[in-house]
Amino acid sequence: MGKIIDKINSGKILVSDGAWGTFLQAKGLVPGECPELWNLTRADDVLDIAKGYIEVGSDMIETNSFGGSRFKLKNYGLEDQAFEINKAAAAISRQAAGPDKYVLGSIGPTGKILMMGEVTADELYDAFKEQALALEAGGADAIMIETMTDLEEAIQAIKAAKENTKCEVFCTMTFDKTKNNDFRSMMGVSPTEMVNQIIDAGADLIGANCGNGTRDMVGIVKEIRQTNTKIPVLIHSNAGMPIYKDGETVFPETPEEMAKFTNELIDAGANIIGGCCGTTPQHIAKIVEVVKK
Amino acid sequence: MEELFEKIAHCVEFGKINLASPYPPDMKGQVGADELTKQAIDAGAEPDDVLKKGLVVGMEKIGIKFRDNKVFVPQVLMSAKAMSTAMEHLKPFFESGAVKRKGVFVIGTVAGDLHDIGKNLVSMMVKGSGFEVVDLGTDVNSQKFIEAVKQHPGCFVGLSALLTTTMVNMEKIVTDIKTAIPGTKVLIGGAPVSEDFKEKIHADFYSRDPQGAVDFLKRSVA
Repeated sequence: MGKIIDKINSGKILVSDGAWGTFLQAKGLVPGECPELWNLTRADDVLDIAKGYIEVGSDMIETNSFGGSRFKLKNYGLEDQAFEINKAAAAISRQAAGPDKYVLGSIGPTGKILMMGEVTADELYDAFKEQALALEAGGADAIMIETMTDLEEAIQAIKAAKENTKCEVFCTMTFDKTKNNDFRSMMGVSPTEMVNQIIDAGADLIGANCGNGTRDMVGIVKEIRQTNTKIPVLIHSNAGMPIYKDGETVFPETPEEMAKFTNELIDAGANIIGGCCGTTPQHIAKIVEVVKK
Repeated sequence: MEELFEKIAHCVEFGKINLASPYPPDMKGQVGADELTKQAIDAGAEPDDVLKKGLVVGMEKIGIKFRDNKVFVPQVLMSAKAMSTAMEHLKPFFESGAVKRKGVFVIGTVAGDLHDIGKNLVSMMVKGSGFEVVDLGTDVNSQKFIEAVKQHPGCFVGLSALLTTTMVNMEKIVTDIKTAIPGTKVLIGGAPVSEDFKEKIHADFYSRDPQGAVDFLKRSVA
């Protein structure tokens, strides 16, 4: 199957997957429950979600392990099962992906703030190492470090994955548009500041996920490309900003609207396109349609 | 003394905790909010003035810069740390009643949600504006909020949520609190929350940034 990066370098645009959380809820996950525990207790339901994206033509799928670091699992008293939970997550997505599609092992932030002394860099590194090793053991092709807002935490995660696994290492951060019309992460990092630092740390692919919707992502890709024209770029955008309707939150961007921005993302220089919060297999199907044209 | 208050405010605004702190780099080797506050108290300053003309002023300045996206979370955290370190020197005066709080603010992240960064930021900013803050932590249900409101009659309540799946729990909590203790003012905040959502669930106030909550609370007790 070869590496994802090699496919991109040969000129291909690839499609990733969409949201997982909303699906887990549709299948009965309640707020306050640990989504990652479902890899052990409800593996068939998790497999269904992964298959849903493969069936509409995704070239790769993520794993149900976003909150799978021991720091996050500790909230549920599950930290000692971190390896088992992450390995199961990757194995489920591997089963859905089969031999021809890629599995991206998802790693999200720990929720601990380094500069406040809530955690040390070494503790972060060890937790990410444990998670990355488990994802590799379960069959992940790449490690997808995502939704990062702090550069130092992102760097620890990248190093942990790079130095301990044979997986390709991807990293995306989450940016919002500020009142001054520039893009910054919660911790104040701009896309420009991100680029060189996370490439130096060892990222094979960089990009952005979550945030305010697809339109803003076009601006973020342009900013990344001003600093680096070669590094592969992945975008996982939300289906807009959530709106509250009849007791539940809905994301307003339709599959058609998202598809419309797909060409703009590609023109700006994105290489892999998928979705984050609020996106469904229908959204991904539309993106596939645009990309394969 | 006024000059000393200004210096304290400056240290809080720029997150200069104490002499040992290397942050911010351009104030390295200088004393910080910690030493200056002690100095002011030792020199006989009114503790209330130290709070209102020093610490509160510095926190308000950083709050406004944060609101305007001129600084980000790290700078606010350093300011809050400078503020809380300095506040230790005022503790005896709060306990003796020599310095009065503006009011009590009960805050928590709503049931089902374990995220605390946003909640902590608001907590620190409100504390830094002279209120007593009762932090109930994360995954807080109606019952816990109601108990806290009963313990602190007339307090304000802040609800935080990061997830679209947990913000919906705010509706029930707002209703429960207002049914149990009518007239309680409830503020809501968090990344997915909006003014529109606030209207729909009948909460009293929404702000996209902590300073908005501080301004609302100050207006409410003025």
